[in-house]
Amino acid sequence: MKSNSKALSAPYTVWMVIFIVVPMLLVGYFAFTDKSGQFTLENLLSVGQYSNVFLRSIWLGALATVLSLLLGYPLAYIIARMSEKQQSVMVMLTMLPMWMNFLLRTYAWMSLLEDNGLINSALSALGLPKAHMINTAGAVVLGMVYNYIPYMILPLYSVLTKIDPSVIEAAQDLGANDRKVFLRVVLPMSMPGMISGVTMVFVPAVSTFIISKMLGGGGNLLIGDLIDMQFLGSAYNPNLGSAISLVLMVIILICMGIMNQFDDGENVGGGVLP
Amino acid sequence: MKKAGARLYTFLMFLFLYAPILVLIVFSFNDTDTGSRSVWGGFSLRWYQKLFEDRLILEALCNTLLIAVIAAVGSTILGTMAAIGIRSMKRIPRRIMMNVTNFPMVNPEIVTGVSLMLLFVFAVRLLGGRSLGMGSLIAAHITFCLPYVILSVLPKLRQMNPNLYEAAQDLGCPPVKAFFKVVLPEILPGIVTGMIMAFTLSIDDFVISYFTSGTTQTLPIYIYSMTRKRVSPEINALSTVLFGAVMVLLLIVNIRQKKEKPSWEKKEEETL
Repeated sequence: MKSNSKALSAPYTVWMVIFIVVPMLLVGYFAFTDKSGQFTLENLLSVGQYSNVFLRSIWLGALATVLSLLLGYPLAYIIARMSEKQQSVMVMLTMLPMWMNFLLRTYAWMSLLEDNGLINSALSALGLPKAHMINTAGAVVLGMVYNYIPYMILPLYSVLTKIDPSVIEAAQDLGANDRKVFLRVVLPMSMPGMISGVTMVFVPAVSTFIISKMLGGGGNLLIGDLIDMQFLGSAYNPNLGSAISLVLMVIILICMGIMNQFDDGENVGGGVLP
Repeated sequence: MKKAGARLYTFLMFLFLYAPILVLIVFSFNDTDTGSRSVWGGFSLRWYQKLFEDRLILEALCNTLLIAVIAAVGSTILGTMAAIGIRSMKRIPRRIMMNVTNFPMVNPEIVTGVSLMLLFVFAVRLLGGRSLGMGSLIAAHITFCLPYVILSVLPKLRQMNPNLYEAAQDLGCPPVKAFFKVVLPEILPGIVTGMIMAFTLSIDDFVISYFTSGTTQTLPIYIYSMTRKRVSPEINALSTVLFGAVMVLLLIVNIRQKKEKPSWEKKEEETL
């Protein structure tokens, strides 16, 4: 089996070289050259101009990630303590919205948040003043949380449901109150789920360009919008676009590196994951 | 008290998840001339009628399904072969292969899309092709589906008893036949899961398609242009139809699983 089956992965290797490795090298090549193909650092240096956009993306992405964690953790915990039958229904209900195209889900929020939208109609029907919600940074964060929170709930749930109830009982028997049981037992044991949830929300949130376009109007430009503009938009400049993409990748790699550090430190003695 | 709180929280969270979808569905039946998304004007099916008369939408739907089928089959074949190959590799090459496999999954989608666009534009210039279109879309979709296929086939290969394949050969079965008779049935659930995942990922993909489609329309790209250009309850009707299709699909899968379960459990008992 060994010798001839190794050759089976050859077509895949060729495929990945052509469609993953070469494109990445092209991004690198474009980032370090100008329009005539001469080596230059100018693209990377001019990324600095957009530092406010980068900071805004990271800030909004981080905010959305923290909110997803704070909102998703209790739900994952509640689901994990239900009966087995209820659990599978709840997991299914959590996943169902993801089956709807995310453009449509974001579009749905547009009609809710508009100045003449449903929420404002409801507010004025109750005699309350209207609120301006669409085209604000808050709307962008809301869109991120709404779209990506299932990616937070599901890994958290799968870790929480594996915690042996007798471990919690043991802690209680040894005199720990509810708060202590949660902080000392449940929270550390759910760390791996938190880490995969955080990365699965943060990476798409920080690099999105649709949510900001649809819910943020023109005033909340994110990194993704910048890249889009350089490749398919008005400011056509693939060299600059590649440089921005490269910086985005480095930022995400650094963030994931930090997260993994966390994982290694906390996982000792946890051993919840198979 | 605690339980009531938990119930309330669960209810509120699911309200948050489903309220926008519900609003979309309700307003797809709205009878309005202005295309308003928030004023109720009575019940009507006019947006559905408009939707099914829209030739561009149907064309985009056909493209999407065609790409999804080809991408799912292509990535399943390539990915299954790759998984078998990776499984039989030594530690270090296997680690390298797994890192390359994981890369597109952790890389931001927009960067993958942009990098593929650079490749296709470059290839078009080099080879004198026409422009980006179906070909580049299919290649891109196979690329981002492959890791999911590999990661769902590999665990099944790991669970399999490696001696089975050799035993079949010892009993005189030629290698190819041994593969189809012994290995394939063992890893089939993983292959099917991977293929379904590839299919749904391909149908749903917007970001990578957006950068690699040229002028070809897929459904998500068409939806995007609809949300940019005009505000029309046609989009609501389309969402409702798609959501309904997903619900029906999930129901069928669930019913099938329930029906299959007893026989599967029986089989398990027999082997024990």
